[in-house]
Amino acid sequence: MRLSCSVNGTPREVDDVWEGESLLYVLRERMGLPGSKNACEQGECGSCTVYLDDVPVCACLVAAGQAQGREVGTVEGLAPAGELHPVQEAFLEAGAVQCGFCTPGLLVATDDLVARTRAEGRKPADAEIREALAGNLCRCTGYEKILDAVRLAADRMAGDAR
Amino acid sequence: MDFLQPATWAEALEAKAAAREAVPIAGGTDVMVAVNFGRLRPTTLIDLTRVPELQEWGLDDGAVRLGAGVPYARVITELGGRLPGLAMAARTIGSPQIRNRGTVGGNLATASPAGDAHPALLAAGAEVEVASVRGTRRIPVSEFYRGVKRSALADDELIAAVRIRPPAGPQQYSKIGTRNAMVIAVAAFGLALHPDRRAVGTGIGSAAPTPRRAPEAEEFLAGELDGLWESRGELPAATAGRFGELVAAAAAPIDDVRGTAAYRVHALSVMARRTLTWAWADYRKGDPTCA
Amino acid sequence: MSTPTRAPSGAPAHLTGAGGGIGADAQRPDGVLKVRGEFAYGSDLWMDDMLWGVTLRSPHPYARIRSIDVGPALAVPGVHAVLTSDDVPGEKVYGLELADQPVLALDVVRYQGEPVALVAADHPDTARRAAARVVVDYEVWEPVTDARTALGHPTWNQVHETPAEVTELSRESAHLHPQGNLVRHLKIRRGDPEPTADVVVIGEYEVGMQDQAFLGPESGLAVPAEDGGVDLYVATQWLHVDQRQICAALGMPEDKVRLTLAGVGGAFGGREDLSMHVHACLLALHTGRPVKMSYNREESFFGHVHRHPATMRYEHGATRDGDLVYVRATIYLDGGAYASSTPAVVGNAGTMGLGPYVVPNVHVDCYGAYTNNPPCGAMRGFGSVQTAFAYESQMDALAAELGMDPVELRCRNAMEEGSVTPNGQVVDSAAPVVELLRRLEAMPMPPAPATGADVDLRDMPGGVSNTTHGEGVRRGVGYAVAYKNVAFSEGFDDHSTARVRLEVVGGEAVATVHTAAAEVGQGLVTVEQQIARTELGVERVVVAPKDTAVGSAGSTSASRQTYVTGGAVKAACEAVRERVLSRARDLVGRAVPDLRLDGGKVVSDGEGVALTLAEVLADDVVEETLEWRHRRTEPIDPETGQGFAHVQYAFSAHRAVVDVDTELGLVKVVEMACTQDVGKAINPQAVIGQIQGGTAQGLGLAVMEEILVRDGRVQNPSFTDYLIPTVLDMPPMRIEVLEYADPHAPYGLRGVGEAPNISSGPAVLAAIRQATGLPLTRVPVRPEHLTGT
Repeated sequence: MRLSCSVNGTPREVDDVWEGESLLYVLRERMGLPGSKNACEQGECGSCTVYLDDVPVCACLVAAGQAQGREVGTVEGLAPAGELHPVQEAFLEAGAVQCGFCTPGLLVATDDLVARTRAEGRKPADAEIREALAGNLCRCTGYEKILDAVRLAADRMAGDAR
Repeated sequence: MDFLQPATWAEALEAKAAAREAVPIAGGTDVMVAVNFGRLRPTTLIDLTRVPELQEWGLDDGAVRLGAGVPYARVITELGGRLPGLAMAARTIGSPQIRNRGTVGGNLATASPAGDAHPALLAAGAEVEVASVRGTRRIPVSEFYRGVKRSALADDELIAAVRIRPPAGPQQYSKIGTRNAMVIAVAAFGLALHPDRRAVGTGIGSAAPTPRRAPEAEEFLAGELDGLWESRGELPAATAGRFGELVAAAAAPIDDVRGTAAYRVHALSVMARRTLTWAWADYRKGDPTCA
Repeated sequence: MSTPTRAPSGAPAHLTGAGGGIGADAQRPDGVLKVRGEFAYGSDLWMDDMLWGVTLRSPHPYARIRSIDVGPALAVPGVHAVLTSDDVPGEKVYGLELADQPVLALDVVRYQGEPVALVAADHPDTARRAAARVVVDYEVWEPVTDARTALGHPTWNQVHETPAEVTELSRESAHLHPQGNLVRHLKIRRGDPEPTADVVVIGEYEVGMQDQAFLGPESGLAVPAEDGGVDLYVATQWLHVDQRQICAALGMPEDKVRLTLAGVGGAFGGREDLSMHVHACLLALHTGRPVKMSYNREESFFGHVHRHPATMRYEHGATRDGDLVYVRATIYLDGGAYASSTPAVVGNAGTMGLGPYVVPNVHVDCYGAYTNNPPCGAMRGFGSVQTAFAYESQMDALAAELGMDPVELRCRNAMEEGSVTPNGQVVDSAAPVVELLRRLEAMPMPPAPATGADVDLRDMPGGVSNTTHGEGVRRGVGYAVAYKNVAFSEGFDDHSTARVRLEVVGGEAVATVHTAAAEVGQGLVTVEQQIARTELGVERVVVAPKDTAVGSAGSTSASRQTYVTGGAVKAACEAVRERVLSRARDLVGRAVPDLRLDGGKVVSDGEGVALTLAEVLADDVVEETLEWRHRRTEPIDPETGQGFAHVQYAFSAHRAVVDVDTELGLVKVVEMACTQDVGKAINPQAVIGQIQGGTAQGLGLAVMEEILVRDGRVQNPSFTDYLIPTVLDMPPMRIEVLEYADPHAPYGLRGVGEAPNISSGPAVLAAIRQATGLPLTRVPVRPEHLTGT
């Protein structure tokens, strides 16, 4: 089947999609966007987290056809080419990236959390960060530096808002 | 494989009638796992995410009519006051990403004994509204589950909604997992006090071939509460303990990778006792949101 | 040679404001690519005309293959090849230490998940469907699923009655391999063979099978080359030992099999053995097309070795004052169907199995056995994780028996510099065991658990699942300390190779570091840059892609790469520097005694800038390739276990604070504190990251992580049922890093990665034990153990 959707603001169309393929497979193998990762393909790790119409979801659990006509946002679209999003910068500075396989999904989940709390004029509390990121497994960091990165990004983005 | 995307409820029902073996997909949190790992290869997938009627909830004849396609995240943010037990259950489900996609309708359609919504639906006395081109019928949720991952749904039917009466009293939900997030229930328990009917609702998850109620426990507790409803007096510890034992006695669990049968029985008795204690404390406070 | 459209990413040459030499928190050179989603992991590799390879695996743990019919699979449209062991042109078995594992099943399969056949097709789903149509006729045999049964050894109860060794073959199970079921038996005999003591504590312990659970699945892309060879891009831990094994299986010389490291999504030991390496090469050579293989999560559980499950019996004797007199230990490690690195794991478990304590009289027997369980091999901590649960539980039990504080007992018996280990080796650099423990004790404790209306469910055992509002919750505190050898032991020729180049590009001095050392996430690429910056005084350092075009760097394991490859890079830099300074002296035309490289210039403290590198080098390139070795170790004596076996020791200690819902058996780890001596922190931020990550894996094994195997079959090969800690399971950490230089090591550094993985779990277990008062002799601790159900 043919699939048309918007990915990172760009209209995309791919043909010959098998109906059982996930959105993750289509992004990675048919659209040349392997940033979203394939760690479990069962919704248990969050490595493939993307925005589907502005809502973070596991791309591995979205049937490709369900994205027809929708807006998809991936890690590749967080910042314009040659730039870094504050969340990306914070992950680098805080040392929150080791092997990096969980990073794309965590960045999308963090971006969502920070954007939501910022819209409410506040920064996320630690317990809130933990609950918001509980769907993103990381095997390298023990999460401490990921928490540091989220706090850093939230601080900086709150600063921007003032 | 065909991939159908009905735009209306009528189209969806026609599609299901025409291809009875078709698998409906909403949040995909069960279906896509099976497809990804080659365990499910349906001839037809019916995508229900474009049927507007399924994405809505509203009040109908005194009940909340929750469209089968409303994701758990919205149950938590929009229905925490009206469906407290279900919202508590929803908060324990998977991860934020899963709650953004997964639906109560999907939980019912899969009818896993470990589905997190079931104990809350059972305790609240929900009804499942199912439909086909033949018409619509309502099934009490306690009659919906027919076996391990089997339900009362006919092969031409789809789940339209669940209907739940707003609570007249406190509700609680408790679930055992061996991790603090993203975990399938080892055992779960839902409790609803119905002071308006002088009744008690229960729901047991992951501890029998199907989700089930604990009727003896409900009757026992309703009897013990006779008189206490009005006085809002203290609940004897022995009553809570006995209630826990009766809930546990209603379970018929097995040993599996997630836990032993003996532990499940034990955990149910503790969860039932504790949730009753919390619910009764809320009731005594006369919390207006619960009363 | 054609290269993939998405090839492994080289490191970008420069990162603004993120550099720095040793001791700085330099940022990873691959970090920008990783946060942009552009870093090419093994599973991201892609070529236009590539095929997808899949593996058909045995459903049985033990069976004879009567026949294989690939016809139905070949008939599936879109299928390009179906291969079996008949299609393996070279050696049909491989292995890290012993070549005993079939590339594809021969006549017998010895574990569930053993590869039987391969399929290449134009879509992964087509390949999977075709693989399911291969007809394999099995004669199913009864599996051997217990290490002691496999060896014919008595159960513990019988051991109590007959302490003498029982190894007679007549009582042994059916041999799974021609040489029998014993992979290695390590003996340590030291001091009085019949010691007696005032106080004796005996305990039996069990550790479940842990999985590395790296997130990036086994994956790679094999590309057939015009010279008849093959180029393999693969996520792995040790390119050259992979190459050696692949060449043997393909029957090809090393110059025909070239490996390049693809992006690695974590390793933790699980990529030290081959997975899809040979398979992808076979399919690529057979079809003449590039072939990508990428396991899904379920297959990953069958596609790599795991941590050895262990059963252990310890007997500790001490004086009434708490001085250890003797330890007798018997340790069984279940190696599963094939040897993998079991011999070396036995070596570690045996020689360091008593912990960082001085024990005058030692009697250790450590066995590694073949069974029909999943093969076990390398995992972070490598034999020391298992024994640490036992020896630290024993120290707590002994403290209780003596009425002594557990930390006091540990300090009283702690190793220090100059102590002698059970294998008779003098600890010849800092061993600050006492200080590690005292510093932990001095750290503030977390606040008491909230109660009543203040309860935030996320802080309670059970979390938002709403199982307690404080009912049944009891707090416990536990301590543990551990030590671990760094680098390869027992006489292994453990070296690394570095090629370092210095040149001037566009007026700027640029160093290039080329090693084959696998970057698996730990940050070795950063360390390589930092060392080059420090040694060559340049800011811009390019890390070349990791490949077999340079000599072996050894394995990314055993906490060894910063030490060994770091040592090689340092040495190569020094050689380059010497040549540059020599040229500079020639140019200056006289002796300037304090010439050095700094800021891209040749400078002298006495005379200021002498020359720019552009002046010294012009268009020339200075390049040196060096093989570097740490000091030699030696094999241990087979009868006594004595010998200088280990290069270096790393020490760490943990304090765990837990809240346990004692009625429901649910655990919330409230805080982890860690102290570790790292000798010299080359990158302090990365060091902390290793400690935090290692702590999480130890915590996971203590409370949730286990591959459940029943009758040789894995029951939970998924992230749904193999649980690793989430961010809600990992508590905040307090960390203090000590830097006591090891005079034998480059910069005085110590390997960092494994020690914190070893001491964290036993501390959690001790804390749960204190909260519950239960003996708890098995990990992971399950709710059933805490509730008696």
